Amino acid sequence: MDKALKKYFPIFVLPTALAFTIGFVVPFILGIYLSFCKFSTVSNAQFVGISNYVKIWGDATFVHSLWFTALFALASIIFINFFAYTIALLLTKRIRGANLFRTVFFMPNLIGGIILGYIWQLIFNGILSYYARTLTFSAAYGFWGLLILMCWQQVGYMMIIYIAGLQSIPSELYEAARIDGASPRQQLFKITLPMSMPAITICTFLTLTNSFKLFDQNLALTAGQPSNKTEMLALNIVNTFYSRTGWEGVGQAKAVVFFILVAVLVLLQLKLTREKEVQQ
Amino acid sequence: MKKANKRKGTALTVFFSVLSLIYIAPIFIIVMNSFKRKAYINRVPFEMPTEKTFAGLQNYVEGITKTNFWESLATSLFVTVASVAVILLCTSMAAWYISRRKSKFSKMFYYLCVFSMVVPFQMVMFTLSKTADTLHLGTPWGLIIVYLGFGAGLAVFMFTGFMRSVPIEIEEAAMIDGCNPLQTFFIVVLPILRPTLISVGILETMWIWNDYLLPYLILDLNRWMTIPIAIQYLKGGYGSIDWGAMMAVLVLSIIPIIAFYLSCQKYIIKGVAAGAVKG
Repeated sequence: MDKALKKYFPIFVLPTALAFTIGFVVPFILGIYLSFCKFSTVSNAQFVGISNYVKIWGDATFVHSLWFTALFALASIIFINFFAYTIALLLTKRIRGANLFRTVFFMPNLIGGIILGYIWQLIFNGILSYYARTLTFSAAYGFWGLLILMCWQQVGYMMIIYIAGLQSIPSELYEAARIDGASPRQQLFKITLPMSMPAITICTFLTLTNSFKLFDQNLALTAGQPSNKTEMLALNIVNTFYSRTGWEGVGQAKAVVFFILVAVLVLLQLKLTREKEVQQ
Repeated sequence: MKKANKRKGTALTVFFSVLSLIYIAPIFIIVMNSFKRKAYINRVPFEMPTEKTFAGLQNYVEGITKTNFWESLATSLFVTVASVAVILLCTSMAAWYISRRKSKFSKMFYYLCVFSMVVPFQMVMFTLSKTADTLHLGTPWGLIIVYLGFGAGLAVFMFTGFMRSVPIEIEEAAMIDGCNPLQTFFIVVLPILRPTLISVGILETMWIWNDYLLPYLILDLNRWMTIPIAIQYLKGGYGSIDWGAMMAVLVLSIIPIIAFYLSCQKYIIKGVAAGAVKG
């Protein structure tokens, strides 16, 4: 089989390999290289060593966006997972219309970030207009607005994963616990929660990376207003590239830092998931 | 005991019914406002259109002309359908090859694909748009190649993961019976891959249909726009937004999404759960 396959390499792998090289490998390597250069197009790059990386930390907007993103990620992990888990717990009880509710809660997840941003901009501005304010009045409004938007979008998605996790818990465990006289509360904390740890890890990680990479929603809801105070990392990088001339190199260096940050988070997650799997 | 449980169940159903209504309220508000005159949308966003504020289909007419909506819809549809089809075909073939022919290349390619899933788009954004520019990929056709390249990671990862659980014996039997690798793949392997094809297809569709930044940077915007780009373009310079046109376009762009969702809901929810557990 091995030999027969080898001749077919150009048909089976070459299209994907070529597109992958154009779409990922070359841009990635060039990106690393350019982060050490001063440039405005790829062809006029001049090597400048690590000065781009030094400049990043002097850029107050970047440092602010880093903190804003981290805080937002933390808040969204807590809120989204709390709501998603609670809803999943209630929906796995036998209640009428559970399927319909599941359908409704999942629906916003399919709507794109740009569309979501404008929907909620109208709603928030509508509510705030009663107090003669707008969404861009202060960064706190933008923060909570974005959080509500993300909850609306992602709770349904996480709920699906939690429901799958809850349904895979063997019912014998509950029967045994009931015979031993465990209260519903004890069952929740001693059986349900520990047994859904794998799903909780997955969802924590998903909300974490989703919030770190958040771009469309951020752009459409506040576009970083007021004065870049609600700008998240991804938007900050894009703005550095395309709204400030002469800063392309710094933008690329920020992108590399961003990439390393996301990669570290993912690795950490993988390690945590593996450890949990061993324990079970 | 049973009676108490039943009452509790009814209470929960009522609670969730109310919550569901609140959940779809934003969509309802958008639809409602799309029939109001521009000037009233921001002033009274939570009131039903009255005789004074009713605008008929005026917002829709304006929105459609301002965004070139039908053309954007066609571009979005073409790019999404073609890219997903190409991704499914090419990456499933590649994944089968690398999981059945163990070589250094196969291993390296697999790990590169996994690695690419970790890399955020902003990392390659600038260089990818320049590379695409040099290769003249700024058309809907070119965009398919870019999506194949950037979407390959997740797809190859998921297909390879599934291939591991498929016994190789069936394929070997097919080969012994005289099938060449192409026949083996299309007659034997592809039907087995069906559930993963659906999962990958749905994940990539959701991504490509809603994607904003990649097509924004790569497409020649004077000639083509996708729906997210067209919507963002409604926001003029200085951040002023024509809310009448915006409402109408938002409603129009949500309709295909909801239609898609309701028609393949079962697959979507399953696909998402499968993708999340693996990814």
